[in-house]
Amino acid sequence: MIAHLPALQVVIPLVSAPLCALLPAGRPAWLAAMTASWLAFLIAALLLYQVLAHGPISYLMGGWPVPWGIEYRVDALNAYMLLIVAAIGAIVASFGRTVVEQRLSLPVNKHPWFYTAYLLCLTGLLGITVTGDAFNVFVFLEISALSSYALISVGRDRRALVAAYQYLVMGTVGATFILIGIGLLYVMTGTLNMGDLAARLPAVSGTRTVRAAFAFLTVGTAIKLALFPLHLWLPNAYAYAPSPVAAFLAATATKVAIYVMLRFFFTVFGVQFSFETMQLDKILLPLSLVGIVSASLVAIFQTNVKRMLAYSSVAQIGYMMLGVSLVSVAGLTASISHLFNHALIKGSLFMALGCVSYRVGAARLERMAGVGRSMPWTMGAFVIGGLSLIGVPLTAGFVSKWYLIVGALEKGWWPVAVLVLATSLLAVVYIWRVVEVAYFKPAPEGLKVREAPLALLIPTWALALANLYFGLDTSLNAGVARLAAQGLLGGAP
Amino acid sequence: MIDGLNPALILICGSLLALLAPQGSIRNTFMLALPILGALQLWGLPYGQYARIEAFDLTLTTLRLDGLSFAFALVFHIAALLAVVYAWGLRDPVQQVAGLLYPGAAVGAVLAGDLVSLFVCWELAAVSSVFLIWARRTPRAYRAGLRYLLVQIASGLLLLAGVILHLRAAGSIAFEHLGLNSAGGTLIFVAFGIKAAFPLLHNWLQDAYPEATVTGTVVLSAFTTKMAVYALARGFAGTEALIAIGTLMAMFPIFYAVIENDLRRVLAYSMNNQLGFMVVGVGIGTPLALDGAVAHAFADILFKALLFMSMGAVLLRAGTVNGSELGGLYKSMPLTAGFCIVGAASISAFPLFSAFATKSLILEAAAREGHWIPFLFLLFASAGVFHHAGIKIPYFAFFAHDSGIRCQEAPRHMLVAMGLAAALCVGIGVFPGALYAILPYPVAFDPYTATHVITQLQLLAWSALAFALLVRTGVYPPELRSVNLDFDWLYRKLLPAAAAGVWGAALGAWEGFNRLLEGGVGRLIAALALHHGQQGIMAATWPTTRMVLWAVFLLGACLVFYYL
Repeated sequence: MIAHLPALQVVIPLVSAPLCALLPAGRPAWLAAMTASWLAFLIAALLLYQVLAHGPISYLMGGWPVPWGIEYRVDALNAYMLLIVAAIGAIVASFGRTVVEQRLSLPVNKHPWFYTAYLLCLTGLLGITVTGDAFNVFVFLEISALSSYALISVGRDRRALVAAYQYLVMGTVGATFILIGIGLLYVMTGTLNMGDLAARLPAVSGTRTVRAAFAFLTVGTAIKLALFPLHLWLPNAYAYAPSPVAAFLAATATKVAIYVMLRFFFTVFGVQFSFETMQLDKILLPLSLVGIVSASLVAIFQTNVKRMLAYSSVAQIGYMMLGVSLVSVAGLTASISHLFNHALIKGSLFMALGCVSYRVGAARLERMAGVGRSMPWTMGAFVIGGLSLIGVPLTAGFVSKWYLIVGALEKGWWPVAVLVLATSLLAVVYIWRVVEVAYFKPAPEGLKVREAPLALLIPTWALALANLYFGLDTSLNAGVARLAAQGLLGGAP
Repeated sequence: MIDGLNPALILICGSLLALLAPQGSIRNTFMLALPILGALQLWGLPYGQYARIEAFDLTLTTLRLDGLSFAFALVFHIAALLAVVYAWGLRDPVQQVAGLLYPGAAVGAVLAGDLVSLFVCWELAAVSSVFLIWARRTPRAYRAGLRYLLVQIASGLLLLAGVILHLRAAGSIAFEHLGLNSAGGTLIFVAFGIKAAFPLLHNWLQDAYPEATVTGTVVLSAFTTKMAVYALARGFAGTEALIAIGTLMAMFPIFYAVIENDLRRVLAYSMNNQLGFMVVGVGIGTPLALDGAVAHAFADILFKALLFMSMGAVLLRAGTVNGSELGGLYKSMPLTAGFCIVGAASISAFPLFSAFATKSLILEAAAREGHWIPFLFLLFASAGVFHHAGIKIPYFAFFAHDSGIRCQEAPRHMLVAMGLAAALCVGIGVFPGALYAILPYPVAFDPYTATHVITQLQLLAWSALAFALLVRTGVYPPELRSVNLDFDWLYRKLLPAAAAGVWGAALGAWEGFNRLLEGGVGRLIAALALHHGQQGIMAATWPTTRMVLWAVFLLGACLVFYYL
């Protein structure tokens, strides 16, 4: 059983997805989805434990040897990613059932399909992360993307349809670019296994085909991870999706895309080719810096709080890419630990907003006046998430900011370190706008707002408290991230 | 006593737990127990380093107990205790939590053995203390709080930047002597300077403290600035520049305190003045001077708390602390008036009151080291402090022209708190040996020599004479009702020479800073809003074709870049 964990990681949600569609609407379908996602979390935790104890795991699908069969390969980096995705998947799935279903634009008998799409999306994201086969990455990428279009489009706001459509177009372009990149690599090397690719690429790395493949993969993953200026699909998709979906996608989907980018550029192409020959960092650095500043500024002016958080996500992705473009252990540690920390941050913020919009009706700033007093627990979780987003010490957000600044200073990039600190102040401004309205503006006359139900508060607070816990105990979010960073810089897994 | 437990954690965790207790005497008793338990824990721990934590490849020493940190941590606990007693009747959970969380952070800061822990506590103190200002719940207090927070966070960011630089240069984050020789040290110095309210960096203090609540000001007055004095003593003892800075700090607020009408703001100015003495002591840096700085910080926390408590009681009962509107309150509030006079005598360094035993250590050290110019200035400042804090505060509040206000005596719990503080002030003055015993270095100094007592009495007598003369000449305008205003006006006429110059420029800069915040930034925001606002190009929803176009453009750019 233990030996098959890498396969079960994907198979359990994959099999449960159609099962959900067959179950009657209401509690049974939800229970199945929740059980599957908690099982996935358990498996991810076991996998991480095994990898940390015994080193990387290689699992051959159906016993076919590499390079003919598909290999699932789990090292510190993807075990860590699996844990992030599965943990967020499980916590979001536990977000109160009746409340979630009430916010969907689906007839009741179609509700099980929502869980099917959710599990498929989880399957796809876990699959991308666990596999060691380049083409398999593309397959799972499409599974997760197609199901996430469906998840976004069931938002109550009808603009969700357009947002999902735009995401579909951009996501397909991105996936196609990735596929073209993988195809070109296959033409040159005759293999799809990542380890094999890494071994054979240096012989042909001078060719234009490999360079073109590199360019396609750069832009393809950049679209998927919403790197500025290719982020434009993201704000509306997150803003109009149902809150739990926004929480799930914001915390996992772009992170997995970043994982794909790290895997291709560090493991498959190798550090030397990617950053010394091709000088990828020269492209990532300016885009991430402009993205951080611009998206933070846009976030300040938003009145739709979900859209504000979406833009803040674009800025946070900028921080992660900034860490990558430092090409150092500290920089990569910052990026990888921010994958984890930002998942906690945005998960708790979007879920807190889900609680607010459940009671108030919309996540618009002007509707939130006085909410701080009528929904103290919800807004308490929001404030904790906000502090972590800003990077206040003792919160998880501080950990990644710290490594990022240390990494920038190691390189002697003063202005970058200053910029990171200054843009944290922009985050203070946009979080403060919400806090100010919620706590200092009087509630409108005659409007009675009650605290959110416990079924929503418990998962929200679980994430909020995790923000505090991982701000103190950094052995998981920074310690494993550091291992993963060293693994990436050290060569093939 | 629990081995290795940081007393700061008792206050910090306890302040949050207090919310679980029902409002009323149960919660109050619980809150009262916290500083007592903390002080017992502190008392029981032998000197040494505890609670080492490995994080970020660094060794954090969250608890370092030695003579210097012990004295500060002890007096912080006493101040927190006094504040809890003073606020016994308060039913506002925001102030209750902040009133213990903030002292907890300050205790954590003085006990921190490394710069990272110091930074964490530094920021926690900044963030928790602002709620004591906001708790007044007026728009004015809200804005003052925002400005306060901005300055405090700026200090924190400077500290963080300095710590990182220091770490890179020195390879260690231990909080020991830093000095001004490196860029990191200089940044940390400025960060400390902001919190210690160095001249030109001090406006936040006068701006924010008088806007806080009745209890809030009492709590605020004790911690932030003394924490900075501790940090300076630890990191920059013997730095020559501090002597000049401290002398200036002791001098300039005198003039401002004299012309100020809001009596709590007068006290805020006199804080600068007292801090100046401590900063000079740190700057001289000999064991005697450092002892003086620590002892004076200890005494200052107590008498300043006493004075702020008495003014808080006046604010509570009479509804105002403007000198021009008060007067004659001794008839209604005799006990408060008595305690206020004890506080005034203490700050003025009357023999048998606390500052007499502590300030003289600093003056003695200055004289021994031959810093004669600072010595003379400090002597002048001592006279000035008697003038504005020692006489002006009790005179205008409780005596002077009878304002006709008839109110109740302060509530009993406030009187108890003031009584405790007054007893401590007198206790230190009468038995200075007890305080000297806990100072970081052994003290061989007796304040009660005939020369010292007589000199001090002469100084005070001349100062009182000056006050009397000025009041006499000012009291005779035709209408008695305008006495206080006239008095202000008289002083404004006497001052211009001293007040002009640099000072005006600094005030102007502060106002300009405020204007910039409210007005000039508006234009910048408008410009940003054009592109990043909701309708701006950066925030609008783009047509799908244009998104794809960007993707294609970037692909082309990448191809060209990679091929070249």
